[in-house]
Amino acid sequence: MIKRILTGGAALAVLGIGGFAIYAWHPAIDEIAPPSADSFPEAQIEKGRQLASAGYCASCHTSADGAAYAGNYPMETDFGTIYSTNITPDPETGIGTWSLAAFERAMREGIDRDGAHLFPAFPFDHFAKMTDEDIAALYAYLMSSVEPVKATHTENDLPFPLNQRFLQAGWKMLYFDKGQYEPETDQSEAWNRGAYLVEGVTHCGACHTPRNAFGAEIATQQFAGAAIDNWIAPALTSDNPSAVAWNKDAFFQYMKTGTTTYQGSAAGPMAPVVHAGLKDLPDEDLLAIATYLGDQVGADDMAPMSNPAVEKSLAAGAPQADYRKEEGERLYATACAACHYNSVQIAEGRPDLGINSAVRLDDPTNLVHVILDGVHADQGMEGVVMPGYRSALDDQQIASIAAYLRDSRTDKAPWVDLEQTVTEIRAQGALAH
Amino acid sequence: MTSFTINGKVIEVDVEDDTPLLWVIRDEIGLQGTKFGCGIGMCGACTVHVGGRATRSCVTPVSAVAGAEITTIEGLDPEGAHPVQTAWRELRVPQCGYCQSGQIMQAAALLQDIPEPTDDDIDAVMTGNLCRCMTYTRIREAVRDAATAMKEAASNG
Repeated sequence: MIKRILTGGAALAVLGIGGFAIYAWHPAIDEIAPPSADSFPEAQIEKGRQLASAGYCASCHTSADGAAYAGNYPMETDFGTIYSTNITPDPETGIGTWSLAAFERAMREGIDRDGAHLFPAFPFDHFAKMTDEDIAALYAYLMSSVEPVKATHTENDLPFPLNQRFLQAGWKMLYFDKGQYEPETDQSEAWNRGAYLVEGVTHCGACHTPRNAFGAEIATQQFAGAAIDNWIAPALTSDNPSAVAWNKDAFFQYMKTGTTTYQGSAAGPMAPVVHAGLKDLPDEDLLAIATYLGDQVGADDMAPMSNPAVEKSLAAGAPQADYRKEEGERLYATACAACHYNSVQIAEGRPDLGINSAVRLDDPTNLVHVILDGVHADQGMEGVVMPGYRSALDDQQIASIAAYLRDSRTDKAPWVDLEQTVTEIRAQGALAH
Repeated sequence: MTSFTINGKVIEVDVEDDTPLLWVIRDEIGLQGTKFGCGIGMCGACTVHVGGRATRSCVTPVSAVAGAEITTIEGLDPEGAHPVQTAWRELRVPQCGYCQSGQIMQAAALLQDIPEPTDDDIDAVMTGNLCRCMTYTRIREAVRDAATAMKEAASNG
């Protein structure tokens, strides 16, 4: 009996392993002679160029000092370092001998021409959403316009058994939904176009969606934000912490220019995504992406200047608001307070201007005279002088000091036409001494 | 002709009445420790004492000081050892040094009127003396130290 169970279990295990082997196994696709550049229509090549930019293919397929698309860019993952591959049309070390069918299988299923499974560091889970037409355009661009470069792939630094490519079939079984993008019938054309680009070629979720322990994007937390390359890819949902919520206009401005007025700039790993990537898409595609992402955040188009957070921040950012608003106070601090300041009691010869009659009179004439021409040694307190500001301050500045004193030191009504008064008194000329 | 006392010495100068005191001090009398900064009484580099009060000499016409007693940085202390000057040296306050004679004269006048200034007092009075090297925190510390030194000297005396 026990023997029968053991035999049965072993048989099941063999069947399971055999089944998985069949599932995991994929044939090689025959090599082709590299297609000539003029075998692709120009319009298709141009479209492929835009898509290659929008998918930032070069960002990951180019190493720091290497040729464009020649690979060996190190991607630090939780599992080890994976080096990107050479996707120039070099026949020996690149994809020069790949047919369109082989390229499409790599994009849609993550399987290379030899039949080996690719690691999901290559976001085929997104590229699978692309149309046949777009994948063909991308192929046309890479095969016709990228310089073939001989560059041998650096061995990945992954521990056993993670480096066993056939096991990737299991990952795909668990986490990978094949199939192209299906439009949502209740959404606009622009929304669907945006969703197609975002879920597909621009693969925004590859960085902005958190991943599980097996490195797969967590579908229920789409765009919830995640750490990437020692930076934070913020949430593209209502959880985004910007004081002024991202909306369609903001997303468009960001992708078009690399920055927004109220949210921030594309820095760190996001900088090339905009500047070497998305910017190449036509405006209508950027608007479509903006429409879709704006809907993810769910923000309305509230005019940002009326946003209380903006106003509060602007106000808090103005240092010493009173000094900046009040020219009279500023001038007083610089020109007058060196003498006209007292601590706990008034010192002789340091007149306190709040109680000084010149400041409390209904008419500002005396104060203006003194500011203009000072007080000589033989006037006032003997032997002490006050400088005159006739040549130093203009009428408006003198008026602002007088108005400041009147307002801050007394409970008297403000003087009217103060500047005009200063002009008239100045015209009388300095008093003869 | 205008006559006044400067650093204890009676001087008579023959200049226009509206000539700024600073020009007279530097060019006529030849005492160049007092500096020309802004020329409009806004920076404090030209501060001297007139009748013991800190006064901006660049906006004070020479006619205003007729008969007055003026002290410049050269006359503050015969040995250059006023408590403010001592604190200045000990704390190595100046950086480029251009504003320091005005700062020291202002601080000395401050301590004469307000012997135990709070930081707010120091800030209020010294705000008109600009330092382009931004040594303000050291200036404030030197004023505090000088105040302490003067207080101790007074109690020992």
